[in-house]
Amino acid sequence: MIPSTFEYHRPDDLAAVIALLQEHGDEARVVAGGHSLIPMMKLRMADPAHLIDLQGLSDLKGIEIGDVIRIGAMTTQAEIIDHDGLAEAAPIMAEAARQIADPQVRNLGTVGGNIANGDPGNDMPGLMQCLDARFTLVGPDGTREVAARDFYEAAYVTTREEEEVLTAVSFDRPRGGYAYEKQKRKIGDYATAAAAVQIVAEGGRVSAASVAMTNLSDVPVFSAAAGAALEGTACGEEAVQAAVAAMLGDIDPMEDNRGPVEFKKHVAGVILARAIVRAWSRA
Amino acid sequence: MKDLPDTEERKAGLKGLGCSRKRVEDARFTQGKGNYVDDIKMAGMLHGDFVRSPYAHARVKSINAEAALALPGVIAVLTAKDLEPLGLHWMPTLAGDKQMVLADGKVLFQGQEVAFVVATDRYIAADAVDLVEVDYEDLPVVVDPFKAQDPDAPVLREDLEGVTEGAHGPRRHHNHIFTWEAGDEAGANAAIDGAEVVAEETIYYHRTHPCPLETCGCVASMDKVNGKLTLYGTFQAPHVVRTVASLLSGIDEHNIRVVSPDIGGGFGNKVGVYPGYVCSIVATIVTGKPVKWVEDRMENLMATAFARDYWMTGRIGATKDGRITGLHAHVTADHGAFDACADPTKFPAGFFHICTGSYDIPAAYCAVDGIYTNKAPGGVAYRCSFRVTEAAYFIERMIEVLAIKLGMDAAELRAKNFIRKEQFPYTSALGWEYDSGDYHTAWDKALKAVGYEALRKEQAERVEAFKRGETRKLLGIGLTHFTEIVGAGPVKNCDILGMGMFDSCEIRIHPTGSAIARLGTISQGQGHATTFAQILASEIGISADKITVEEGDTDTAPYGLGTYGSRSTPVAGAATAMAGRKIRAKAQMIAAYLLEVHDDDLEWDIDRFVVKGAPERFKTMAEIAYASYNQAIPGVEPGLEAVSYYDPPNMTYPFGAYICVMEIDVDTGEHEIRQFYALDDCGTRINPMIIEGQVHGGLTEALAIAMGQEIAYDDIGNVKTGTLMDFFLPTAWETPHYTTDHTETPSPHHPIGAKGVGESPNVGGVPAFSNAVHDAFRAFGLTQTHMPHDHWRIWKTARDLGLHG
Ligand SMILES: Cc1cc2nc3c(=O)[nH]c(=O)nc-3n(C[C@H](O)[C@H](O)[C@H](O)COP(=O)(O)OP(=O)(O)OC[C@H]3O[C@@H](n4cnc5c(N)ncnc54)[C@H](O)[C@@H]3O)c2cc1C
Repeated sequence: MIPSTFEYHRPDDLAAVIALLQEHGDEARVVAGGHSLIPMMKLRMADPAHLIDLQGLSDLKGIEIGDVIRIGAMTTQAEIIDHDGLAEAAPIMAEAARQIADPQVRNLGTVGGNIANGDPGNDMPGLMQCLDARFTLVGPDGTREVAARDFYEAAYVTTREEEEVLTAVSFDRPRGGYAYEKQKRKIGDYATAAAAVQIVAEGGRVSAASVAMTNLSDVPVFSAAAGAALEGTACGEEAVQAAVAAMLGDIDPMEDNRGPVEFKKHVAGVILARAIVRAWSRA
Repeated sequence: MKDLPDTEERKAGLKGLGCSRKRVEDARFTQGKGNYVDDIKMAGMLHGDFVRSPYAHARVKSINAEAALALPGVIAVLTAKDLEPLGLHWMPTLAGDKQMVLADGKVLFQGQEVAFVVATDRYIAADAVDLVEVDYEDLPVVVDPFKAQDPDAPVLREDLEGVTEGAHGPRRHHNHIFTWEAGDEAGANAAIDGAEVVAEETIYYHRTHPCPLETCGCVASMDKVNGKLTLYGTFQAPHVVRTVASLLSGIDEHNIRVVSPDIGGGFGNKVGVYPGYVCSIVATIVTGKPVKWVEDRMENLMATAFARDYWMTGRIGATKDGRITGLHAHVTADHGAFDACADPTKFPAGFFHICTGSYDIPAAYCAVDGIYTNKAPGGVAYRCSFRVTEAAYFIERMIEVLAIKLGMDAAELRAKNFIRKEQFPYTSALGWEYDSGDYHTAWDKALKAVGYEALRKEQAERVEAFKRGETRKLLGIGLTHFTEIVGAGPVKNCDILGMGMFDSCEIRIHPTGSAIARLGTISQGQGHATTFAQILASEIGISADKITVEEGDTDTAPYGLGTYGSRSTPVAGAATAMAGRKIRAKAQMIAAYLLEVHDDDLEWDIDRFVVKGAPERFKTMAEIAYASYNQAIPGVEPGLEAVSYYDPPNMTYPFGAYICVMEIDVDTGEHEIRQFYALDDCGTRINPMIIEGQVHGGLTEALAIAMGQEIAYDDIGNVKTGTLMDFFLPTAWETPHYTTDHTETPSPHHPIGAKGVGESPNVGGVPAFSNAVHDAFRAFGLTQTHMPHDHWRIWKTARDLGLHG
């Protein structure tokens, strides 16, 4: 549980971070809260020779609330939970963040780290896909935006270039009812199955629905089909089951200590159904 | 005399037996001022770290340490070849087997110690571990104790090939360790075969791990000038470690000092001797520098002593109306690669033969087969007396299985078969003499406290509602009435490596009336410094606040066998009381001299000797202590000291009634504990607050074991649960509220009637939680499903019963 030798850098602006990334190439990694990366280093599953700490970049922190909500990459999960404006504008954020890890981890773990990490167990990626968020990446060639739904390619593989830094996420102020539902074995555990749901109701019917699932494939799963199955319905039992069936077509869980595939699929269905019912009750 | 403090006030001032005195240890622990092994730093100290096997079974073809030795700061890389000339490449286990210290030609479990790197810095040691190149050739792996017994199963212990007589009798297969039996098999079989009703079931108590918060470690320091070896370590039995270290190293015992500093939990994990200790000792002897070795969490879970792993098959016979007539038990015990259980020598399956539990079963037999597999060695008593948890789980499951077969309420079945109060002392069919008990009183109190009948009614309604599709949650009522056997034990039949399992206490009263007591045990969180002072306070009339309790330094403490198996209070606690009584006897002589009366004219009154019939004439213990140091008393030696080595005449038999009410979600496999009621009878209660704390802690471990905690292996012997992400350690969030209660049935043979409590909640808790899960599904036809009852296994039970539609 002791990492290999590395050099520690703590630059205080983004340009310096990018310069270091350019200089050291794949020998370098940025560290945010360190609560995914450092455990991997202690297991020697990651052994960056250069660790570039982002804690010195105060610009990357903060939450802006408008029609568009923008969250700096270095904002911690605890800050998400404590932010009153966000609680009002996008309550699903705090509902999800509260189900991540434990208070100690949330005090350090950042939104950006959770998103950039690319671990299928992380909760923020699915949530971002549900909200159709955009990720701001800054690299040697400037700034670009990538849709959350296009960002994840495989476990730990994203479209972020090695020399790019994720600086912020932004999404339109969500409308309607919401729910983040997660089953886990214990506090501090990644999801056995988790579902993020936003539903907009008009005249007693679903006018828009967005569904994303976590830890049920090697990437987060945005299930357009599940959302579509709800749209136009009164969100009754039958519609919920149709959405579940559609979602099951999109996930591809693997067996692990949480249980076999059949179990995970069953739980995914139960969790999604609960999330839909709760989101609808709030819509 | 008017200014005499009244009796009650003086008694309260002692903070003796029955007082919920706050733990004196906590001031330092809560302020981070404890002193654990890893806090020890010595000048020039080196650090050790292990190269461990990634394979469960492989031949070690070569070890190349060149690159590691070339790393600046690396002092040595020890392998079996280096230890062999010293005869230390293997070491004896506490169970009569031997164990490789470092891989000698092959490895037998994942995580086994292969080479020991010594470096000037902990970080360099870790880097060097990565640089040691080991060439392995993998061998077929056996993780299943039943397949291990196939005629053509791979030979795991080549060192024992052809050895047909083991430490505990004949070996009938190359992977067989021992067969151990108790009771009358023919009699038990006859009783069962002739019974009106027979229930049969196989019950698996899975492999788990004590997982103390502090892992195992040591600092070994050889002083080459005076020839003294000092060994600081996480030892639950420091005196035994000293003797073992002396026997292994050839260093005279007086030249070895073993110190257990503060210990962050043991739960049986810290009883045995590990390769890390031996390698650190060798390294300090070779280098002349202190050497520290502290394992990390993954090493602790993977390589140090596991617990349980018992496959228990039972047959139980009864009359139609539920009188049990006979019990037959057979256990296949997976001991891993070496037999490193920490049991009293004569009991390779510990006290498993307490498996008749709280019941008056006229005929019984049990047999245990120990088997080698490619798993880590151990088999220690994880917060229980030797194999008592396994036994309690077995009988408490068998009772439920029988109740199902009989169509009877399991509470009623228990009550019908309890040993009755008037039968104590009671000799069980398997040979134990239960000291005291009043099971019916405890049971009735427990059932009443939870409103048992109303719960059963609610459960029946729930089943109907479930069948009507109105709910997806079932209600389980988990019952347990356990009887433990603790306090090992009488020297006539209990020893560890030949050392009788007595324990000891030495007391010195200081001139101004305060005292120090030293014991042969060692607290790992139990609060000995608090409670042993209380025992003594009541015996000698000095306030517990004025008594220092010290343990764990073999240079100062009297010899004792250590702390595990709930033996501290039954054995060392008894020694404390007896030593206290010796103090009092001498004090009486001194008081008689001072008061100019005959010894027999005095009587003891809380904290003083009083002249009978003349209450104004007395000498307090403080006055007597002072006199013992400053007055020449004819015929009496100066000073006030005593020592007692206590050989207990019998074990003690704590018992309890636990009831768990659990809600189970059949779709997700999640559970919620709605109520947990724990009634403990541990005899005389020394400190009710500490008892409550012990019960809370033990129940939480039981919750973990029953509901998720396990050491699981895949087919090729990889540990699947080697981190705390997968190895379940409950936090406050998973832990339910517990209601504690008690009855008090003193032990007739213990000087103060105390029985020990630290382990009861683990022993009784596991069946209570597990029975609740089983009970929830009883109405749907479930008889037995194995622990741990984590989400997917509960879900699978529901699925197999057709509850998912
Ligand atoms: C016990 C425990 C339980 C946990 N449980 C959960 C859980 O239930 N759900 C969950 O979602 N997470 C969980 N986590 C993970 C936790 O939320 C992490 O904090 C989070 O995944 C990563 O955030 P971080 O700031 O710590 O990132 P770091 O660990 O610092 O970095 C993670 C990765 O992202 C990269 N990175 C970080 N920031 C940036 C950036 N701005 N731009 C580009 N790359 C970047 C790093 O190089 C690294 O590869 C748990 C962690 C622990 C220790």
